[in-house]
Amino acid sequence: MGSQKRIAKELAELVESPPDGILVKLADESNLYLWKVYMEGPEGSPYHNGKFLLNLSLPTEYPFKPPTVSFKTKIYHPNVTNDDKGSMCLGMLRADEWKPSSRIHAVLEFARQLLAEPMPDDAIEGRIAEQYKNDRKRYDEVAKEWTRKYAVESS
Amino acid sequence: MLEPPASDAFTTPPLTRKRKAAEATLVHNETTAATEASVALSPAATGTPASGNSTRKKLRSAEQDPGTDSTSGISGSFSVPARTKSTDLNTPVSTTMESDEDFMSIGSSPDDFLDTQGSDVESLDDFGDDFDGGFSKDKDIIATKRKPYEVESSVLSPEDIRQQQNVQINEVSSILKLPPESSAILLRYGRWNREKLIDSYMDHPETTLEEAGLGANTQVNPRTEKIPGFVCDICCEDGDDLETYAMRCGHRFCVDCYRHYLRQKIREEGEAARIECPGDTCNIIVDSKSLGLLVTDDLKDRYNALLMRTYVDDRDNIKWCPAPNCEYAVECPVKQRDLRRIVPTVQCDCKHYFCFGCTLSDHQPAPCVLVKMWLQKCEDDSETANWISANTKECPRCHSTIEKNGGCNHMTCRKCKHEFCWMCMGLWSEHGTSWYNCNRYEEKSGSEARTEQAKSRASLERYLHYYNRYANHEQSAKLDKDLYLKTEKKMTSLQSQSGLSWIEVQFLDTASQALQQCRQTLKWTYAFAYYLARNNLTEIFEDNQKDLEMAVESLSEMFEKPVPELANLKVDILDKTAYCNKRRVILLSDTAENLKNGEWTFNVDW
Repeated sequence: MGSQKRIAKELAELVESPPDGILVKLADESNLYLWKVYMEGPEGSPYHNGKFLLNLSLPTEYPFKPPTVSFKTKIYHPNVTNDDKGSMCLGMLRADEWKPSSRIHAVLEFARQLLAEPMPDDAIEGRIAEQYKNDRKRYDEVAKEWTRKYAVESS
Repeated sequence: MLEPPASDAFTTPPLTRKRKAAEATLVHNETTAATEASVALSPAATGTPASGNSTRKKLRSAEQDPGTDSTSGISGSFSVPARTKSTDLNTPVSTTMESDEDFMSIGSSPDDFLDTQGSDVESLDDFGDDFDGGFSKDKDIIATKRKPYEVESSVLSPEDIRQQQNVQINEVSSILKLPPESSAILLRYGRWNREKLIDSYMDHPETTLEEAGLGANTQVNPRTEKIPGFVCDICCEDGDDLETYAMRCGHRFCVDCYRHYLRQKIREEGEAARIECPGDTCNIIVDSKSLGLLVTDDLKDRYNALLMRTYVDDRDNIKWCPAPNCEYAVECPVKQRDLRRIVPTVQCDCKHYFCFGCTLSDHQPAPCVLVKMWLQKCEDDSETANWISANTKECPRCHSTIEKNGGCNHMTCRKCKHEFCWMCMGLWSEHGTSWYNCNRYEEKSGSEARTEQAKSRASLERYLHYYNRYANHEQSAKLDKDLYLKTEKKMTSLQSQSGLSWIEVQFLDTASQALQQCRQTLKWTYAFAYYLARNNLTEIFEDNQKDLEMAVESLSEMFEKPVPELANLKVDILDKTAYCNKRRVILLSDTAENLKNGEWTFNVDW
C-alpha cells in the first residue's frame, strides 16, 4: 500500500525523463508491479543495434525487498543466464545489498552499463566469462551474432 | 503406579528439598559468576586479589572424578555422591542444608576436592605454558591441580556473555572517549580485538570510524522529529506531522519505513551487528541507541540475541555448548594450533561434555584431526570398496565385478560370456592343455597380484578389528543410556522395596554416569589405536585400555542385575564405579601426557 505511491512516482519519473537508451512501461496498466523495459544495446558493444526486452518485477514488499530483472530477449552475456529465464546477477539486487532507498533508475542504468562492460568475475555463465576474458574476439562474434538473430527487429 | 503412602511420604521431601536448595545455589552462583567473568576479562583488574580469587572459583576442571587416588583419604561411600547434582554448582554447598545434603558436600565441592591435592605444581606449570595470552593469566590458576588431560575452562550463561561484552564496550568507551553504542560498533567491526582496534583508532581515527561504519560525527542525541515539508525517500509519503528519524549520517526517513526496514533485517535476515542506514550507498551502522528508539521490545530481544551470537562467533576462546536447547557457552584458552597436542574436553553446566576444539562430543584420548579422519573413514564407502578389492576381481573384458564363491579356475563371465582363468586372468583358450590347473600361477605377474590382494585383505582386517570394538562401545553406551533412563525408575522402586532413602540410592545414578563416560573414552581409544604406530608406549596404552575395558564390562554386568539384588550390591557397585573412574583417569592421563610431549607416533600424516 505504501509502496504504490513510491512505485508510481518512480515510474512517472522514468517515463518523463528516461535514462539513455532505456524505455519503460507497465506490462499491464492495472498492475504497478510488473514492468516492461526496452533497452538499446550500448554503442561500442557487440549488443549495439539490438533492442532488448527485459522484465522488471517488483515484490509486494518493495522497496524493502529488491526488484528482479530478467532478459526476455535472448542475449549472450556472462552475467545473464543462457536459458529461457534470462536471469541476471546484479550485486545491488541481492537482498543483503539492496537498500530501501535504492532506485529502479539506478538498477536499469547498472544493467545497461553491464552490457557495455560485463563483469566476468561475478559471472553467472562461467563459460562465457572465460571466453570473454581469454578470447574476446570470439565472444564479440557470438554476442553480435545473437544480437542480430534475436534482438534486431527484421524490418 | 502407586507407591505405598508411608514410604512415599518419607522419601519424597528430601528430593524437593534438595532441588530447591540446588536451585537457590544456582541462582546465587549465576549472579556472582556474571560479575566474576567481567572481572576476569579486564586486564586492568588482573592481578588484584579479588580477580585472582574469583577466577579460581570460576575455574572448572573438565572432569571431576571422585573415585581417584586424590580422594583416597575419604572412604569409598563418601566419594560417590560427588557426582550428583550439587557437584555442578561451583560454590561450596551452603551450611544451612540439612544433614543429608551436608553429607553430600563432603569431598564433593570442587574447591575442597582440589585443595586436597595441589602438590604437583611442576607438571601443571609447563602445561600452562602451552597456552598463551587471550585469557586472564592468573598465577592462582597454577596453584589448582589439573589432570594432564583436563583443560582450563569456564561456563558462561547468556547473562555472563552480555556482561563480558558490556565490560569491553565500556572499557573501550572510556579509553577512546566514545559513547558506548559507538564503541560497540567499533568492537564488532574489529571482531572484539581490543588492542588492535585501539591502536588502529589511535593511528587513524577517521579511517577507522569510517570503515567501522560510524562516520566522524558521533555526538548526536538520537530522537525522532517532525520536519515541515519532509518527503520520505522510501515510501514517498509527506506531511508536516510525519515522525522522522535520521542517524548522524543525516539520511532521514519516516519512522514507519525505518521500523519496517529494521524489522525485516532483524526478523527475516537475522542481521544485527551490521545493519546499515537505509540510505542508498550509506554504510553507517545502526547503533543500539537508534534501534532502541525505533523498535518494539520483542525485536530488541531478538536483536540482542543475534548480537550475542555474533559475539560468541567472533571470539575464538568462546564456543556455544552444542547440546540441544542449551543456552550456555564455554570459554577455554586452547587455540586451534594446540589441538595437535591437546584434546580439550570441556563440560557445560548442562552436564554435556564436548570437545572445545571441534565441538563434537567428548572424544578423549583421540585428537580432533584423527577423530575427523576416523569418522570420515567409517562413513566412507571406501571400506566397502576395500572389501570388494579383497574379495573380488573384475572380468578382464567387461569389467563386471565377480566374486568367486567356489568351483574351478575356469571362469565364464555371466554378463559377457568371456572365458578366463581366475588365477592368471588370462584367456582360458590360451591355457592349452592345462585344463583346470593354471600352470601360469607361479609367474611373476600372478604373484604380484596375489601380494596385492593379501595386503588389501590384511589392512581391511586391521580396520575391522578397531572398528568393531569402537562400534561395540558405541552401541553399549547407547544401551547403557537406556538403562540410565530406567535408573530413576529403578531407584524409586529400590526406595520402596528396600527402604533405602533417596540419597542412598544415588549410587546407581553415579554408576550409570561412570559407565557412559568410560565407554565413551573406550570407544575413542580404538579409533586412536587404529592410527597409532607401534612403539614402546603402545603396549602400556593397550594394557590401560584392557584394564578399563574389563572394569567397565564387569560394572555393566552388575548394573543389569534385577532390582532386589541391587541394594545388596551397593558396596560392590560403588567400588567398581570408583575403580572404573580411576582406570579412566590413568588411561587419559597417560595418553594426554604422551600426546603433549609428542611421544606418540602415528601411521598417518596429520
